[in-house]
Amino acid sequence: MAEKRLKTGSDFTWRDMEVGNVVKEAGNAALRRTGDWRSQRPVIDREKCNKCGLCWLYCPDAAIKPLEDGYYEADLFYCKGCGICANVCPKEAITMIEEEEK
Amino acid sequence: MSRRVGLEASLAAAEAARMADVDVIAAYPITPQTHIPERLAEMVADGELNAAYIPVESEHSALSACLGAAAVGARTFTATAGQGLELMHEVVYVASSMRYPIVMTVCNRALSAPLSVWGDHSDVMAVRDTGWIQIFCQNSQEAFDLTLWAFRVGEDSRVLLPVMVHFDGFHLSHVTEPVVLPEQEEVDGFLPRFRYPFALNPDKPMTHGAFGPPDIYSEAKIAQEVAFRKSKDVIIQGFKEFGDIFGRYYHLVESYRAEGAKTLLLTMGSFSETAKIAIDLKKSKGESVGLISLRLWRPFPFEELRQAVGNAETLIVFDRCISFGGPGGPVSSEIKSALYSEKNRPEVVSFIGGLGGRDMAVEDFEYVIERGREIVEKGSKELFETVGIRGKVTGIRG
Amino acid sequence: MAGLLEIRWHGRGGLGAVTSAELVARAAISEGKYAQSFPSFGPERRGAPVIAFLRISDESIRTRTAIDEPDIVVVLDPGLLRVVDVTSGLKDNGKIIINSRKSPAELKSEFGYKWPVAAVDATRIARETIGMPITNTAMIGALLKVTEVVKLDTVVEQLDERFGARAKGNIEAMKRAYRETVIKE
Repeated sequence: MAEKRLKTGSDFTWRDMEVGNVVKEAGNAALRRTGDWRSQRPVIDREKCNKCGLCWLYCPDAAIKPLEDGYYEADLFYCKGCGICANVCPKEAITMIEEEEK
Repeated sequence: MSRRVGLEASLAAAEAARMADVDVIAAYPITPQTHIPERLAEMVADGELNAAYIPVESEHSALSACLGAAAVGARTFTATAGQGLELMHEVVYVASSMRYPIVMTVCNRALSAPLSVWGDHSDVMAVRDTGWIQIFCQNSQEAFDLTLWAFRVGEDSRVLLPVMVHFDGFHLSHVTEPVVLPEQEEVDGFLPRFRYPFALNPDKPMTHGAFGPPDIYSEAKIAQEVAFRKSKDVIIQGFKEFGDIFGRYYHLVESYRAEGAKTLLLTMGSFSETAKIAIDLKKSKGESVGLISLRLWRPFPFEELRQAVGNAETLIVFDRCISFGGPGGPVSSEIKSALYSEKNRPEVVSFIGGLGGRDMAVEDFEYVIERGREIVEKGSKELFETVGIRGKVTGIRG
Repeated sequence: MAGLLEIRWHGRGGLGAVTSAELVARAAISEGKYAQSFPSFGPERRGAPVIAFLRISDESIRTRTAIDEPDIVVVLDPGLLRVVDVTSGLKDNGKIIINSRKSPAELKSEFGYKWPVAAVDATRIARETIGMPITNTAMIGALLKVTEVVKLDTVVEQLDERFGARAKGNIEAMKRAYRETVIKE
């Protein structure tokens, strides 16, 4: 993921505001690191995984990425640790582990 | 050739929207505005106007649909009155802060309760602070002219703000009177195509209506306020361009025989015309009186008001709305505020009347002038007095 | 004609009093005069007494109040005479125009009117010309007989514009009423 610095409110004076507060940079929400909100993360066991893709389909934040070899992985820049992927996995291949356990 | 026809202000406004070739109309009918959406629906159905007419289920939806239309760069029009304006209230703020140049006719109507379909200015006062450019019409010609003007100014790339064109419910909306309609070429010459610089388009994606947390909201609001006040330059330019093409020049504050007058009466809307008759009668008796009318209500024309007031000793302000428990008639309190820092300022006297369709006759304005002068001479503790309301009320203190 | 002429129309909701006033106003405007017409403001209910106001002048009209002292009163439905005080405020030199089967002399004597009265059986004319007892266009004819505020032909143009295919009957109603209206000073 691009490590471009996301501007915060304190970067703007009133003069810097765009008309109608329109945000012209399309899709720049992608710059926001939501991974910091996470208190647990998904770990996918490849032994059990059958590459069905349900975890990718159900992730509410589109934070599960397909890999070239057909398996899936959580993008930790965005993953908020909601656990829906673990919940829907038909093979129980996904375990949520505490963020502290590295 | 321009044509002179008999039209009510409602139909004149609808005709202006048609000649402006609006793209989208989303409106909900409410007395006394009904002739506007009815006529526009007719025009669209008969192919006289190429526009999308969205028959929404409420005024809240009407203005919301207008937001969407304006967001893609469509020339957008709606109309409402009284309770309808109240129902769309939250959306009114959104339209201005998102800088969408929607034009909305408001057929000024009293607010319930008790339920009233008749005219006064309470619906106007409820939207004072919403950030829309607001202008008052005194007759059907102005209803036509200022609707056209509203598109020109609101859509200007230096402005990009919604505009309310106010005219009195029933007293103008339902009155057939002479209106001069221009040629389409003249209108096209005055009103360029709308080119919205931030139109939503999949080819050039951007975000409208973003969240504004505490660390950015204030800056956004100041930016809006600065842009809103700057719009005055384009407002004045719009009046000049309008006059140059159509021959009728409008001003932010209209003065009638006010030059050098010791006593001035201030009105807004169609009652200004009745008041002019009272001025003429009094002047014919040698009295030093004049009339000023606020045409532009927002952004408030401070400079022009002070200029119009000049060295008058007494300024009698006539309000058609009560601001309950507040600093008197809303217009009079704004006038006082505008004159506060002037070294030489007139005594401002406040009258409230013409509520909920209560008529004001020429005699009523004569009374207001005479009583206003008496109040200044003898002094009064009353914050405001009423005119045309049965039963004297005293003890209202500021 | 110079000066301001104020005409008050008395009708019932849905029977076209407002339209009459508007058509005459539009006709006057198309002749280059100033005119103003409006209804008694409020929710409209079919059958209820309504009032429409019409002002015509060679000079611009600035007053917008209801007409309290009309020069002429036009009554579209004789039933109103016992329900509404149609002559309220009528100027001393004013005139009354009534849709009625009775003669002006009978009406004058029955109601004690001191003003000149013009009468025409507009209901019968309307039934025979447009097939409905809607007397508004006929009463325009009666008005023009009493005082030529606008030319008959100008109103014909307005009727054509307003009624399209149904204009013929309305024009005939107006012209017949114009011919048949009787005035008693």
